[in-house]
Amino acid sequence: MTPGVAEPGIVPAGDPGPAEVTADRGRHADLVRFLGRRVGIGAILVVGTTLVAFLLTQLVPGDPAAANLGQRAISDPAAVQAFRQQNGLDKPLPVQYAIYLGHLLRGNLGTSQQSHRPVSTDLSEYVPATVELALFAIVISLLLGVVFGVLAAVTRDRWPDQVLRVVSLAGVSMPTFWIALVAFYVVFFKLGWVPGGGRLEPGQAPPGHITGLYTVDAALHGQWDLLGSVLQHLVLPGLVLAVYTIGMLLRFTRASVLEVLGNDYVRAARAKGLPEWLVIRRHVLRPALVGIITVAGVAFGSLLSGTVLVENIYSWPGIGQYAFRSATNLDLPAIMGVSLVVAIVYIALNIAVDVLYGVIDPRIRLS
Amino acid sequence: MTAVLADRAARRAERSAARSPWRQPLAVIGLAVVLAWLVVAIFAPLLAPQDPIAQQNPLFVHPGAQHWFGTDELGRDVLSRVLYGARISMPLAALLVTASMIIGGVLGGIAGLLGGKVDAIVMRLADLVFAFPGIILAMAVTAALGPQLRNAVIAVVVVSWPAYARLVRGLVLSARTSHYVLSSRLLGASSLRTLFVDIRPNVAGPVLVMAALDMGNAILLLSGLSFLGLGAQPPTAEWGAMVAAGAVNFDKWWISLFPGLAILTVVLAFNFVGDTLRDALDPRTARAIRT
Repeated sequence: MTPGVAEPGIVPAGDPGPAEVTADRGRHADLVRFLGRRVGIGAILVVGTTLVAFLLTQLVPGDPAAANLGQRAISDPAAVQAFRQQNGLDKPLPVQYAIYLGHLLRGNLGTSQQSHRPVSTDLSEYVPATVELALFAIVISLLLGVVFGVLAAVTRDRWPDQVLRVVSLAGVSMPTFWIALVAFYVVFFKLGWVPGGGRLEPGQAPPGHITGLYTVDAALHGQWDLLGSVLQHLVLPGLVLAVYTIGMLLRFTRASVLEVLGNDYVRAARAKGLPEWLVIRRHVLRPALVGIITVAGVAFGSLLSGTVLVENIYSWPGIGQYAFRSATNLDLPAIMGVSLVVAIVYIALNIAVDVLYGVIDPRIRLS
Repeated sequence: MTAVLADRAARRAERSAARSPWRQPLAVIGLAVVLAWLVVAIFAPLLAPQDPIAQQNPLFVHPGAQHWFGTDELGRDVLSRVLYGARISMPLAALLVTASMIIGGVLGGIAGLLGGKVDAIVMRLADLVFAFPGIILAMAVTAALGPQLRNAVIAVVVVSWPAYARLVRGLVLSARTSHYVLSSRLLGASSLRTLFVDIRPNVAGPVLVMAALDMGNAILLLSGLSFLGLGAQPPTAEWGAMVAAGAVNFDKWWISLFPGLAILTVVLAFNFVGDTLRDALDPRTARAIRT
């Protein structure tokens, strides 16, 4: 008997037996321990990323005083000395790192050299735009990737599979920046089907701030016209961004579904006369989902990379564009801020994926 | 019974012949395209109608008989630039995949073989790099080192080696307890000798498949950095940088269309080859195909 599952007839409903309570408690403790371990490793990784970010700033050949103070102040030795002292630049590296960490803990990511605002203010403005774009793309990718991946596996080696194989490989081989340009040229410039870029029409006021995601905020405020406009702006960059991840998820779904299809229990389900779609949904897709979710986590990461390229072309005011502007202007506090935020999102995502595993596959939960 | 077995054996032989990677149409097409681009890269000066950086034509000429791929914003022949672009992307991609493979392979191999603290340090380092999405870390590294092609290559190596380290470490860990490695250790072989003489041949297959698959990614990442202006600098004829030039004049579609197609065909070709190889070697997919 599986631990925690009451055998009908022995234990009356609503009155868990002692065995079940112990098993439940044990499982709960396991889950907490598992979660704690994962979060602990995640926290260590976050500290590690701050070290990488700090060391990268040290690699820069330029003098931070020169970059921050401007031409006039740099010729004044007293100003330079004051700046160095204020920022702890006259102290040894480990001390500088400790100062940097102290600032980080207080939410101080430094001041952007291009916007002259705190990096954290900049980020809080740009992050929701990117999150909205990436979420839209990952939902589209999961839907299309899983549906077509199952189709490819079911029609293995026949023409739909062959066509989908080429399509998915083309998807992962397409330079994102290029397909973004081609789509922009064809869909906006030639056909005029979608607006030219940005999150809204010029002059259009954004919905009242609740989540920062314009689609959600517009819906919550009941501004349906605005929601339509937001979606129109979202659809092209979102689809372009999804091209790579659709290909990736399609290939992977096909492989994991094929692996599951070979199992005896699938044959048994078919033999007892279940309709094929039910066999796929209930007996094939669920075990295959464990792997698909991992890849979806990786895919989300590659989406965040893709946003750098896509946001630039579609003037999407997100962290991708911000990262790009910072990198080309050598605005190090900004680019380190972006790297940190993205790394933390990435690490959190990996933990979420691990936890989801446990929800989908009880065997993993305990080990 | 024997008839059944014989029948099975015959079918298996037939299937393995059909599954040989080099008989798959996709792999053959991929290999042909890769070879074609290699020929282009080697003989670019002979094949290209003009000097790729000579500004000797009218600006923005449409593709036609005179200039098959048109001319760009400085009056350079786009066809010549695309052909010369192969001389940058192909060797650099090979170089950085080889470098990542060697660095990641050696570190992963040592980590797997020695275990303990060394293993922990190397793998945590790999985890750290994995914690950043590729292009963001690559951008940060290139920005810190200064935007030029050489630094872009270094940045791509920095973000690519951990994948090899993980793969090799896993393979070494499973090989470490095998009888042939134990016998070699008992005969007094040193750790390094065991690693390079006994374990390396058994690790090489999967690593090479990964490298084949990685070639495409390397070209994408490198051209992406150049597109952002962090890699190749003007007037170098690099595909990503050329697409970027077209992005400024996006109504002149030919300037970015052709270099983009060049990237697509090379990457797709490498992926065709890599994907077929993986199917042929990966026991999980192979098992799925058999059932």
